[in-house]
Amino acid sequence: MAKKFDKPKMVPVPSHSIIPERDIDKSPILECSHLGIDFGGLRAVDDFNLTIGRTEIAGLIGPNGAGKTTVFNLLTKVYQPTRGTILLDGMDTSGKTTVQINRMGIARTFQNIRLFSNLSVEDNVKIGLHNQEPYSMLSGILRLPNYWRQEKAAHQRALELLSIFDMQDLAGVKAGALPYGAQRRLEIVRALGTNPSLLLLDEPAAGMNPSETAELMENIVKIRDTFQIAILLIEHDMSLVMGICEGICVLNFGQVIAKGTAEEIQNNPEVIKAYLGTHKEA
Amino acid sequence: MTFLNHLINGISLGSVYAIIALGYTMVYGIAKMLNFAHGDVIMVGAYVCFFASSSFGLPPILGVLLAMAVCTALGVVIERLAYKPLRQATSLAVLITAIGMSYFLQNAAQLLWTSNPKIFPTFFTVTDRETGAVKTGISLFEGQLNLSYASIVTIAACIVIMIALTLFTSKSKMGKAMRACSEDKAAAQLMGINVNTTISMTFAIGSCLAAIAGVLLCSSYPTLQPTTGSMPGIKAFTAAVFGGIGSIPGALLGGILLGVIEILAKAYLSTQLSDAIVFAVLIVVLLVKPAGLLGKLVREKV
Repeated sequence: MAKKFDKPKMVPVPSHSIIPERDIDKSPILECSHLGIDFGGLRAVDDFNLTIGRTEIAGLIGPNGAGKTTVFNLLTKVYQPTRGTILLDGMDTSGKTTVQINRMGIARTFQNIRLFSNLSVEDNVKIGLHNQEPYSMLSGILRLPNYWRQEKAAHQRALELLSIFDMQDLAGVKAGALPYGAQRRLEIVRALGTNPSLLLLDEPAAGMNPSETAELMENIVKIRDTFQIAILLIEHDMSLVMGICEGICVLNFGQVIAKGTAEEIQNNPEVIKAYLGTHKEA
Repeated sequence: MTFLNHLINGISLGSVYAIIALGYTMVYGIAKMLNFAHGDVIMVGAYVCFFASSSFGLPPILGVLLAMAVCTALGVVIERLAYKPLRQATSLAVLITAIGMSYFLQNAAQLLWTSNPKIFPTFFTVTDRETGAVKTGISLFEGQLNLSYASIVTIAACIVIMIALTLFTSKSKMGKAMRACSEDKAAAQLMGINVNTTISMTFAIGSCLAAIAGVLLCSSYPTLQPTTGSMPGIKAFTAAVFGGIGSIPGALLGGILLGVIEILAKAYLSTQLSDAIVFAVLIVVLLVKPAGLLGKLVREKV
């Protein structure tokens, strides 16, 4: 556990205007095959296939109610899938609980912000970190040296993670008191605290203005480059999706209708039909 | 001076209520359920301590520790067997189960230990070295102010528990996990917090405190029978609501106020009506502040 913790090192990353050509590790971290879930008679998601590379940024888009968040809930086992399999780093995740999935390396943010608003910013991040810093309850009560060592490490690590978004000065503030944009950023930091290999972002740019979105895009790429993780994001802001996603998957009525690069998606007639509808022949 | 006497007795009784109320308030805060069997865990704790010291002749401190251990285990077992399977059920089903569990404990106690009242031993005594007389308290101002050792210990225990619990929830890893769970269980789970462990832990702490409360209660009011826990349990629940359920300082404030009001009402107004007066005060407070004295009103968006 503790060993795994050393992996990502903070490295200064040059800011990107556009994504530079780079070698993206395409070996799959996540493989969903024939994933599906029914709610009663409703097929919310059906035959969902998706493979994400180890350091890939992928986008999941689709009209409202297409089942995008349901896919996230399936991946994190908030819902147990009715059909299909999810492999994370080659390991089958069937029968695992949400907590186990988180320990296996999937972390997520929420469409509607769900921070622990009465906890401080730092404690929100530490909630995720604590699971990787196991000291026994005894050493916690007796304040043994390894308690202090690990608490100090967690504090350092929390500040380090917060510094991605320049939020280290806000560490002592109550999370609920932060402005909206900062709360969204804190959700991402909190998720990173659990040391994921796959980060799921549910509408990270929702409610952000264009300049905030542009900054967020840079930061998402920076997170991928720094931590060498895969990111799957749901987003309605097409400038963000088309700008940073290397692979895009379009969902409509619970089914994948298109997959490909930004360019391929933009010219796909099925996608245009799903988003804009078709002319009815008179 | 008699007023001061009553006040101290009130604070002492209130401290017991506060310690019990903590169990209600913590479980409510995290599991969002009312554990009505909590009052009966107090009774079990008192019985364990009683038998440990009177039947097995263990020293009082060992009796208390044994009671704490038994109640902690009992609390966790109750949660696992009775409440955990109902995690997804309606809150009404859980409430009925809790009431059922309360009657189960009372009747099991009656079966095991009969309904004959037991006289709880006096633990908190000091033997005078010169005269050899056993004292149960200290007298000040020429006998005008009487402080029993039991009330001094009770108030001290309450203060220590409050400080410890406040530190625990604000500083420790498990305490923070508890606060996270009380805010958003699903999000906590997605951040890798094991909600089941956290809820078990809450029941363990609450029940452990119930054992302490049971011993303290019976040290001041030494009649012990299977229904001993039910009235203080309800009073402590009232105290938790009074102070704002879900809030730890609220449990302290509510408990102390309730104890003081009860004793003063008994002393100056009417012994029979004291409970009615206590609940009348509760009704008035809830009319003015529906979330309790320190509770936060949650506005629901429509």
